[in-house]
Amino acid sequence: MSHHLLNERVAFQTLVRKEVRRFMRIWIQTLVPPVINALLYLLIFGGLIGTRIREMDGIPYMDFIVPGIIMMGVITNSYGNVSSSFFGAKMQKYIEELLVSPVSNITIVAGFIIGGVARGLAVGLLVALVSLLFTQINPVHPIITVLVMVLTSITFSLAGLINGIFAEKFDDISIVPNFILAPLTYLGGIFYSVSLLPPVWEVISRLNPVLYMINGFRYGILGASDMPIWQSFSVIAFFICLLGFIAMRLLNRGIGVKQ
Amino acid sequence: MNALSIRQLTKTYDHSVHALRGIDLDVASGDFFALLGPNGAGKSTAIGIICSLLNPTSGEVQVFDHNLATEREAAKSLIGLVPQEFNFNAFETVLNVVTNVAGYNGMGWKDANKRAEYILKRLDLWEKKDTPGRQLSGGMKRRLMIARALIHQPKLLILDEPTAGVDIEIRRSMWEYLTQINEQEDTTIILTTHYLEEAEALCRNVAIIDGGEIVERGKVAELLSRATMETYVLDLIEGPASRSSQLGPFALRYRDDGSLEVDIPQGHTLNELLKALTEAGVQVSSMRNKSNRLEQLFLQLVDRDAS
Ligand SMILES: Nc1ncnc2c1ncn2[C@@H]1O[C@H](COP(=O)(O)OP(=O)(O)O)[C@@H](O)[C@H]1O
Ligand SMILES: [Mg+2]
Repeated sequence: MSHHLLNERVAFQTLVRKEVRRFMRIWIQTLVPPVINALLYLLIFGGLIGTRIREMDGIPYMDFIVPGIIMMGVITNSYGNVSSSFFGAKMQKYIEELLVSPVSNITIVAGFIIGGVARGLAVGLLVALVSLLFTQINPVHPIITVLVMVLTSITFSLAGLINGIFAEKFDDISIVPNFILAPLTYLGGIFYSVSLLPPVWEVISRLNPVLYMINGFRYGILGASDMPIWQSFSVIAFFICLLGFIAMRLLNRGIGVKQ
Repeated sequence: MNALSIRQLTKTYDHSVHALRGIDLDVASGDFFALLGPNGAGKSTAIGIICSLLNPTSGEVQVFDHNLATEREAAKSLIGLVPQEFNFNAFETVLNVVTNVAGYNGMGWKDANKRAEYILKRLDLWEKKDTPGRQLSGGMKRRLMIARALIHQPKLLILDEPTAGVDIEIRRSMWEYLTQINEQEDTTIILTTHYLEEAEALCRNVAIIDGGEIVERGKVAELLSRATMETYVLDLIEGPASRSSQLGPFALRYRDDGSLEVDIPQGHTLNELLKALTEAGVQVSSMRNKSNRLEQLFLQLVDRDAS
């Protein structure tokens, strides 16, 4: 390995270690709330209401919603980790440590993204453990399950990074999650199958990329989905390329970090 | 070889604030160099561009052999920066702050920790290695930023107003330490300051910047010898028939309140001045020495540029 690549690898490892240390240090803010959140959904929708609904697409309702609730944790926390970490680095100015160091932008992006993935997967795993109190999880397609989870986490880490790059004040990193991300997630088929919706709403729902991710994950775990799995992978791949390209472009131009 | 060469560097903020108006600067390898200027002169802007924190509007920067535009990473690896404001993660421990930056510079875990121990001990921070940055005193925070800048053994150390707001004692020990690394470790040092004493105590060469332009450059010793010119302020009973700006070797400046400012160059005396004034028909009622000579030199240079 060339000297340069070796340096980049060390820088990448350093960045990932730092990112993981950050959310572990404040685990009460980063890991506990999403688990409590998931627990409440499982109790209310699965335990209380779910006993009335019983089945969705021929699947016990509790089993149906578990994949979506896991993915909700993955999505929100991947996004939130990178947006607040990057924004915090800008606000406290320690992003300058990276800018003055010989670290390439692709390594900076990769470091933050893997940090977000680590948080997303940690939350996903914890939520999965909690849902074991209510039902069993035996993924039908384990590889697809893991792949969809990791790729979705990368997608939303990238989105969080872009948010962090543009953010200038604290509000800026809560507006997008509250007004865009949350609706897309809740309407992304966590609690119902879109095939049950009136045709107009089904068509509209299918424009929501989150739907493809949650269904892809549900396919991995239960073998059931509103769409073929290749569609899920295509949508995720498309967004990773698009958001990755945008993030690199912003950093290369110094948008949000250099004047 | 030059540690730093800057050519025609300009920076305009928001299409309207001309922070740098085309500066040229050369700093020889091994030098201890001061970029001296009042607040708002453009010092931090210049530093920001050299250290890749800001994009220049135009111009070239070369760090040792490496052009910043074409070999940015190689140039960066030779620079250590101590910025004007605290910019470390206040929640990270002292040790993590320095080892993170070691990692960004490609130093493996083991080397990074060894070097961190050495540098933190040298800067008297080793005992605080597990303390989060926000719990340090002001002087310790400054030293942490120096430790962080030196962790990868840069050949060029740049400090932006390192002693602003630092008490005398810490300032002295910082001066001592900087002199040591300049002499013993062959580290080129550039610092910006608006304290002349600092440039005088530490640096061999100096450039004076004002309003985004370099108004003077040279050896500190030379500038100081010019600063031995003394300036007096005289209150006059009666002014001269005609106001000239030169009287023999003496430069005269009439002030708005009617008093007269006179420069007495080296080798001339106050008596000579008074004699010359009497001959010119000027009567003096009282006189006083203007304070800090260095301050004055500085103000003169900066003034001259403004007029
Ligand atoms: N981010 C910025 N946006 C607009 N103007 C700026 C910015 N930073 C500095 N300036 C202006 O540029 C000039 C030079 O500032 P600076 O480089 O900080 O000076 P110094 O470090 O010598 O005090 C000043 O007029 C300052 O107000
Ligand atoms: Mg400044």
